[in-house]
Amino acid sequence: MSEATSQKIPVTVLTGYLGAGKTTLLNRILSENHGKKYAVIVNEFGEIGIDNDLIIGADEEVFEMNNGCICCTVRGDLVRIMDGLMKRKGKFDAIIVETTGLADPAPVAQTFFVDEDVQKNARLDAVVTVADAKWLSDRLKDAPEAKNQIAFADVIVLNKTDLVSKGELAEVEARIRAINPYAKLHRTERCSVALADVLDRGAFDLDRILDIEPDFLEADDHDHDHDHHHHHGHDHHHDHGHGLKHYHDEDMQSLSLKTDKPLDPNMFMPWLQNLVQVEGGKILRSKGILAFHDDDDRYVFQGVHMMLEGNHQRKWKEGEPRESRLVFIGRELPEEAIRKGFESCIVS
Amino acid sequence: MKEFTPPPDSASIVSVTDRVKPVTLGMAVTSVHFLGDRAAFVGGEENVAFVDAKGEITKVAVHSGGILSTAFDGKRLAMGGDDGKVVALDAKGEVTLLATDPKRRWIDAVALHADGAFAWSAGKTATVKSGKAEEKSLEVPSTVGGLAFAPKGLRLAIAHYNGVTLWFPNMEGSAEFLPWAGSHHAVTFSPDNKFLVTAMHEPALHGWRLADNRHMRMTGYPGRVRSMSWSAGGKGLATSGADTVIVWPFGSKDGPMGKEPAMLAPLQARVSVVACHPKNDILAAGYSDGTVLMVRLEDGAEILVRRNGTPPVAAIGWNAKGTLLVFADENGDGGLLEL
Repeated sequence: MSEATSQKIPVTVLTGYLGAGKTTLLNRILSENHGKKYAVIVNEFGEIGIDNDLIIGADEEVFEMNNGCICCTVRGDLVRIMDGLMKRKGKFDAIIVETTGLADPAPVAQTFFVDEDVQKNARLDAVVTVADAKWLSDRLKDAPEAKNQIAFADVIVLNKTDLVSKGELAEVEARIRAINPYAKLHRTERCSVALADVLDRGAFDLDRILDIEPDFLEADDHDHDHDHHHHHGHDHHHDHGHGLKHYHDEDMQSLSLKTDKPLDPNMFMPWLQNLVQVEGGKILRSKGILAFHDDDDRYVFQGVHMMLEGNHQRKWKEGEPRESRLVFIGRELPEEAIRKGFESCIVS
Repeated sequence: MKEFTPPPDSASIVSVTDRVKPVTLGMAVTSVHFLGDRAAFVGGEENVAFVDAKGEITKVAVHSGGILSTAFDGKRLAMGGDDGKVVALDAKGEVTLLATDPKRRWIDAVALHADGAFAWSAGKTATVKSGKAEEKSLEVPSTVGGLAFAPKGLRLAIAHYNGVTLWFPNMEGSAEFLPWAGSHHAVTFSPDNKFLVTAMHEPALHGWRLADNRHMRMTGYPGRVRSMSWSAGGKGLATSGADTVIVWPFGSKDGPMGKEPAMLAPLQARVSVVACHPKNDILAAGYSDGTVLMVRLEDGAEILVRRNGTPPVAAIGWNAKGTLLVFADENGDGGLLEL
């Protein structure tokens, strides 16, 4: 990912549980006066009523790759559709893939990592998840798909906020943050969100992994240390006295690691590779900015399940603290083992 | 050949680049076939461009959108489009509508049979139309990746996820499933009807010996195989996908089982398209850097037809007599060589 990135066609993945408002958001994107043309890939049996010239019905065929890695799945239909769309290059500026409500976003994302031809022509821009403010809390309890979609998201559009009370809204936001504190969260009614907030995010662009700080809402003026958002043991409900509740999700968590001491690349890289090989089924997303020993360049990486990509990004700036930060979002992450492994890569 | 300057990586190669008549099509191209005396370049969308021996270009509109699939039987060119239509083009330049998908779905694959039958697929459904008989359809477990008619009898191979389905459309309940894990795209029968080969989504081919369905794994490619061509007489299957032309031996009853393929014409670029000469043991290969070579199968001797320095070669083809070679890169810049 470098100069070529900008010429590749950006692909936005639009996900969200049944009825959350994906089609509303899609129509909003398409109808806005942006002068851009979109190719829209929708599920063949999904909702209708999308007004666009280039709509392709997809079958959501999830294929395993023949590489012995069970979580390494791709969307076979997407490979084929991308192939076909590339014959019409120049007829559209960007692609939006709308998944069904029950879809796991990972195979879609992995298609853009694994397939050489897809990778040559297109780049994954972001996974945007539309969530229903009224029903998401319930779905997080009974629908693993809904949880996956929240965990995987780069952008969460928390929709139908007009249908809930302030307290309910705080509750659902806290539940989202327990799973994914890093996604940009936008509260909306009828998916009314600025296009710039959902499109052209560059969330998978290594050059733009700038901010892996938790994205707590600016509106909630709070002052506690977010690095400890998951450190609440099994005491499930924290009320910090200023309206922000904290939850610990039993099943899906995020884990952040940080050190201001340099890492040994000869230790760290094999450790990370091995970690995603062994635990890749559980790790949905990973990102990191790394400071290696004797290295004046920042190293950045990101991953989806077992797939990692990384590169030297740029020189550390003068005065910039040379810190390493890593984030994992996943299911039942072996936190202690990961922390110990990470610490063993620090140059003492 | 007096102006020939050898490329740096092949000091002594024979060149015929000065004999190539340039062709500028002004459109993206995906394949080329000879309809009568004219080369028919299939565009990425909407048009086919006929090029005659003088290099004159005539464009014919065939689809109102992207052209997704192509099949050729020597006389007709069948094409499937994202407009949901299957059309055929003949040597006169006449376009015939063969079929329309009722839901206007993409026509992902097409196939032609020597006796005039044709087949197409949309989604998971493959359909065959033979003469005046009714259309017959078969649904396979996942989206069809490729179609091919067997050289003998009315038998269709349907490639899909996790294998190939072989089907006699005129025999009820005749579908036979040849399993192999993974996603299968293009499919081709050997000209002697003994072997079936698919190009897979991963960089590999898979083959079956049809007598006993024995598997043949053909792996080792750095990239996906997008172009396959049987050599004259079907003794070898030439393929793209590596930085040499890979030719698998199919001359014996065991096919390539336990054998190494020939690796011809290595360059510092990926082979993007191959076309075997219709009569002699020669092939033409196009590369990702724009190079076009003619290669003798026997000893790998090379003749330079086009130098590098352009987009990947997308289309390459011979006329039926093997006296004309045509090619074009992805942007539609190509040439015509009379031998």
